[in-house]
Amino acid sequence: MLNFSDLLPYTDVFLSGLMTTMELTVLTTALGVLVGTTCAAIRQYGNGTSQRTVAAYVELIRNTPFIVQLFFIFFGLPAVGLILTSWQASIIALTINLGAYSTEIIRAGLSNISKGQWEAAKVLGLNFRQTLLRVVFTPAFEKIYPALTSQCIIVMLGSAVLSQISVQDLTYAANLVQSRNFRAFESYVVTALMYLGLAMLMRYVFVLIGKRLFAFREAS
Amino acid sequence: MKALKQLLGKTLLATACLGTAVSAMADVLTDIKARDEIRIAVPQDFPPFGSVGADLKPQGIDVDMANYIAEQMGVELTIVPVTSANRIPYLQTNKVDLVISSLGKNPEREKAIDFSTSYAPFFLGVFGEQSIAVGALQDLSGQTVGVTRGSVEDLELEKSAPSDVTIQRFEDNNTTLTAYLSGQVNLIATGNLVATEISKRRPARAPEAKFMLKDSPCYIGMAKGEAALQAEVNAIVAKALAEGKLNEISLKWLKAPLPQGFGA
Repeated sequence: MLNFSDLLPYTDVFLSGLMTTMELTVLTTALGVLVGTTCAAIRQYGNGTSQRTVAAYVELIRNTPFIVQLFFIFFGLPAVGLILTSWQASIIALTINLGAYSTEIIRAGLSNISKGQWEAAKVLGLNFRQTLLRVVFTPAFEKIYPALTSQCIIVMLGSAVLSQISVQDLTYAANLVQSRNFRAFESYVVTALMYLGLAMLMRYVFVLIGKRLFAFREAS
Repeated sequence: MKALKQLLGKTLLATACLGTAVSAMADVLTDIKARDEIRIAVPQDFPPFGSVGADLKPQGIDVDMANYIAEQMGVELTIVPVTSANRIPYLQTNKVDLVISSLGKNPEREKAIDFSTSYAPFFLGVFGEQSIAVGALQDLSGQTVGVTRGSVEDLELEKSAPSDVTIQRFEDNNTTLTAYLSGQVNLIATGNLVATEISKRRPARAPEAKFMLKDSPCYIGMAKGEAALQAEVNAIVAKALAEGKLNEISLKWLKAPLPQGFGA
């Protein structure tokens, strides 16, 4: 027998879990894309050593499971004297994860910018900063924007794993409620719907931001 | 199915009553002395209470206790290995005289058999680093405690710990243990056996028992209505407690002294 009213006493638990997941997502999406942009620029325009360093970072993160990275940071680093709270460990793990994946995505966009575009900017008298921002990064981001959006959503969904190191996120809330009232089906259905809502909300926000960032498309 | 279960239950109960009635006719203590042998059921699959050692001999708290009792009674000891499922039937069918098998007390069992006083500690409690001074639930105020989600100790903490305690819940006992060993939490709520396991793996970070959350010590089980045997066993347990034998066994197998006020 399904009984969703058994979840009502735990509304606060679910809501605070939802808030935690949202906070984590907003913070790590911003940080992760920043890391990704920096690393992509280095990968594309940097010198040999810095390129290889970034490549190593990207390969290391993209070829190991997220939960192993997380456990290494939370349970492994204390062995060398670095004790991070579960919150700090989560922010770092999510950021380096999204950073690595978005590096490759953004680099794909950058490699799409032809040499001619740089030369055109130079001829038009734009300085380096202006060129980078308006002639290189903006069109590069526009090309890879849908892929980047999806990656950010994947990271948000992947944050469910954080409950393993006692971060009180949405999945933690579902696990806790389920272990208290044994309403597994109801708890996880509600949680799944919340994640679905979050993912749709994220996509919508990304579209809104995209409209502002890439306004030049509509003008032309 | 239900009717069948009920029938089975009634038959078992009837058999148990019959068995008790038969054994009650002869006094078990007299039998033991006459036979010059005591048969004691111990576990063989539940360390540190009872397991098989490298020399293939049974070892553990329960085995030490069985040896001590036989020695005190001045009779030969016959060890009978049992599992947790058949330890009480062995007693009810008069295959053994005593069950020393990490047996906890509960109302259902008290209907079927009699118990001695407690001989070994088994409890859920809060354990932690020596430097943290907490002696009771209210001292936890402001502290962070690691616990396994959904466990009895989790529920106990949630029910009675002060509201400003941060309870960090982990997925299973092993993760909780890792969180303590790696220093992510310095206090954990768990069973004393888990704490013993930590002491064995990492003596340098052996957790100290701070206080009990729920006490469920082990008792020696015996057939119902054996007043003479019960008095004798209780006297031996009391003597073992008084002369420090119980504490010695606890230190040997649980790596911790008996908790404050044990057996009181």
